[in-house]
Amino acid sequence: MTTITFGKAINEGLRRALADDDKVVLLGEDIGTLGGVFRITDGLKAEFGEHRVVDTPLSEAGIVGTAVGLAYRGFRPVVEIQFDGFVYPAFDQIVAQVAKLHYRSRGAVRMPLVIRIPFGGGIGAAEHHSESPEAYFTHTAGLRVIACSNPADAYVMIRQAIASDDPVVFLEPKRRYHVKGEVDLDANLADARPMGVATVVAPGRDVTLVTYGALVQTARDAATAAAEEGVSIEVIDLRSLAPVDYSTIEASVRRTGRLVVAHEAGEQGGVGAEIAASITERCFEFLEAAPVRVTGHDIPYPPAKLEQYHLPDLDRILDGVDRAMGRPNSLSEVEA
Amino acid sequence: MTPSDREATGLLTRPDDLVQLLDQSGIRHANPEFDRWIADVDTDALIALHRDMAVVRRLDAEATALQRQGELALWPPLAGQEAAQIGSARALHDDDFVFSSYREHAIAWLRGVQPHELLSVWRGAAPSGWNPFDKGMAIPQIIIGAQALHAVGWAMGAKWEGSDAASIAYFGDGATSEGDVNEAFVFAASFGAPTVFFCQNNGWAISEPVGLQSNQPLARRADGFGMPGIRVDGNDVLAVLAVTRWALDRARRGEGPSLIEAVTYRMGPHTTADDPKRYRTDDDLATWRERDPIARVHALLEASGADMEAVDADVKTAADRAAAELRAGITAIPDPEPMSVFDHVYAEPNSHLERQKERYAWYLAMFGDEDGGAR
Repeated sequence: MTTITFGKAINEGLRRALADDDKVVLLGEDIGTLGGVFRITDGLKAEFGEHRVVDTPLSEAGIVGTAVGLAYRGFRPVVEIQFDGFVYPAFDQIVAQVAKLHYRSRGAVRMPLVIRIPFGGGIGAAEHHSESPEAYFTHTAGLRVIACSNPADAYVMIRQAIASDDPVVFLEPKRRYHVKGEVDLDANLADARPMGVATVVAPGRDVTLVTYGALVQTARDAATAAAEEGVSIEVIDLRSLAPVDYSTIEASVRRTGRLVVAHEAGEQGGVGAEIAASITERCFEFLEAAPVRVTGHDIPYPPAKLEQYHLPDLDRILDGVDRAMGRPNSLSEVEA
Repeated sequence: MTPSDREATGLLTRPDDLVQLLDQSGIRHANPEFDRWIADVDTDALIALHRDMAVVRRLDAEATALQRQGELALWPPLAGQEAAQIGSARALHDDDFVFSSYREHAIAWLRGVQPHELLSVWRGAAPSGWNPFDKGMAIPQIIIGAQALHAVGWAMGAKWEGSDAASIAYFGDGATSEGDVNEAFVFAASFGAPTVFFCQNNGWAISEPVGLQSNQPLARRADGFGMPGIRVDGNDVLAVLAVTRWALDRARRGEGPSLIEAVTYRMGPHTTADDPKRYRTDDDLATWRERDPIARVHALLEASGADMEAVDADVKTAADRAAAELRAGITAIPDPEPMSVFDHVYAEPNSHLERQKERYAWYLAMFGDEDGGAR
C-alpha cells in the first residue's frame, strides 16, 4: 500500500496500462510535455514516447474521431477531454460513432476507447469548466459510464476501463484530484471489484443514500453528522452510472425502506431520476417513503461565487434525508 | 497554373487545372505528369475498367428498381460516379483501408462485398452488411464526414506501426462544410497521416448546389492545411486512377495526406426518396450525359481497334450475372429475429440490457407459437 493523490492514482493506472499493452495510446490536448492541465498524464510522454502519449491539435471531435480510427486499427485509445464543458464538440463522435460501431458492425468492430473527462464543480473555475454531462452519456446505448470517487478505485478502474472491450466514459471528479488515499499499486485486476459494481462505503439501517464522484465524501460526512442525530445512513458509491448496479441498491433499500439519490448534475432527466424510478418499480412494496433526489439546480453552471448555492452540500443532503425520513425539512411548510 | 507558378505563389493546389487524360469524346490526351501512373493500363486493363463501370451501373440500376418494387426501403444511386469510384478503388492495395460514405457501392463491389451484403442495410434487415476487416473497408457512414476522422486515425496507427498501408476517406462536396472533415485535414496534416481524402464533388448535397458549400474549387481547401489538393475529371476513369495512385504513393512514401476533388455529377436523385426535378434542370443533365464516364472509355476502346463485339458481349454477360446475383441476394437476406435487436450493443455483459432483454423474451413468449414461435 502507498498513499498517493487521486490524480496520481490515475497517472499510475495509465502508466501501468501503457506498460502492459503497447496498443494502449493516450491522446489529448496538452497531455504530453505539459502532462495535462491537471497533470494526470505527467511524465508519461517522457517514459513512453510521443506515439504513445500524443499531444493533439485543439479539436475534441478530432481527438475522439481519430481514436475511432485507431480502434479500427486495433489500438486501445485513451483520450482526455480537458474539461467537461469541452466535450460537446465531440458529442457526435461519442454517441453516434464510438457508442454504436460495435452494434452497427454486428460485433466485428470493437471500440475499446476510454474517454476521460474531468467533471463536476467546486474548484471555482471559469464557465464551461465545471459541468456534469453524465446523463447525456448514460442515455446512450453502447457506452459504459464510470465515475470513481477515491484513489484506490481510480487506480484500478482506469485500468479496468482500458481493458474493457466496450467504450467507457470515465468521469474524474476534479475537485478530488488532490485528495490522498491508500492505493495498492500491485493490485491484480482479476481480484479487483468489477467496475460495474457499486460499493457500500458506509453501512446504515435507516436510509439508503446513493451518490457518485465528488459527492461520495460529502455523503459520508452527512452520514457521520446524521449519526449524531440518531439517523443511520447507508452510503452507496455508485461507481458505474451505466449500467447501474441495482442489486446493491435494491438490497440496501429493502433493509432501509428509504432512498435518497444525490448528484451535482441537474435534476431533470438525470441519473437520480433514473434510479428513483427504477427502485420504485423494483421494490415499491419495501419503500416507506417516496425516493428523494438531491441535485444541482436545472440551471447553466453558475459563476464560481455562486456554485456553493448550486452544488448539493452536507446540509442539503441531510435535508433530503429528512424528507425521506418524514422529519421536518425544507419542504415541510410548502407541502403543508 | 504551372509548377513554377506554384512555387511563386506557395500554393500546393492547382485549382484551375482539371486533370483529364480521356476527354468526353473518348480522346486520350498525353499528360507528362500523370501518364506514368497508368503506364500499365493496356487494352485488357482498359476493358476491365470499362466492364467494372458497366457492371456497377447495372447493379445500381437493379437496386434502384428493387427499391421501386418495394424490396428495399431506400437506395442512394451512384449513377454518374462510376469512374470516380472504380478509378480510385482500383488504385488501392489489399491492405489499404477504405472509410466511405453511403453511396460508394462500386468501391464495396471492388472490395469483394457480395450483393446481398450490399443490400441488407438498405432493406432494413441489418445494421451493416459486411465485416470491415474481411474487405478492408469500414461499414458505410451516414453521418456526413464523420468517417474522414476515422480514416486519419487508422492511418496514424498504420504509420506508427511502420506499415506502408494507407487509408482513403470518401466523402461528398457537402461534407467539406462539416467540422469533422476539416478537423480530419488538421490531424492528417499535423501527423503526416498516410491518408487520401477523396471528395466526389457530384454537384449536389441533396438539393444544395456545391456553390453553397464553397465559392471556390474544393481542392483549394487543401492549401490551408499544407497538403496538396488536386482536381480531377471525376468522369475520367484513367485520370482518377492516375491521380489516386499518385496520392497513395505519396502517402506510402511518408509524404502525408492529399486531397483529391473528383469533379463529377450525380445523375440520379440523392436517394430514391428524393425528387431532383425540383432543384435542377434537364439541360444540366444533358450536359453531364455527354460527359458519361463509360461511353468515353467505350469510344477509346473502339478507336484503339478493340473487338467491340466481344467487349459488349463480355459486359452484358458480367452485368447480367451481377444483376442476377443481386436479385437472388434479396431473397437470401433473412428477416432478422426479434431478439436480435439486443445483439452486439455491448462487447461485454451489461446488467441493464440483459434484464431488459430477458423481460422482452418473456413478453414475446406470451404469444407462443402462433406468430412464428417463441423466438
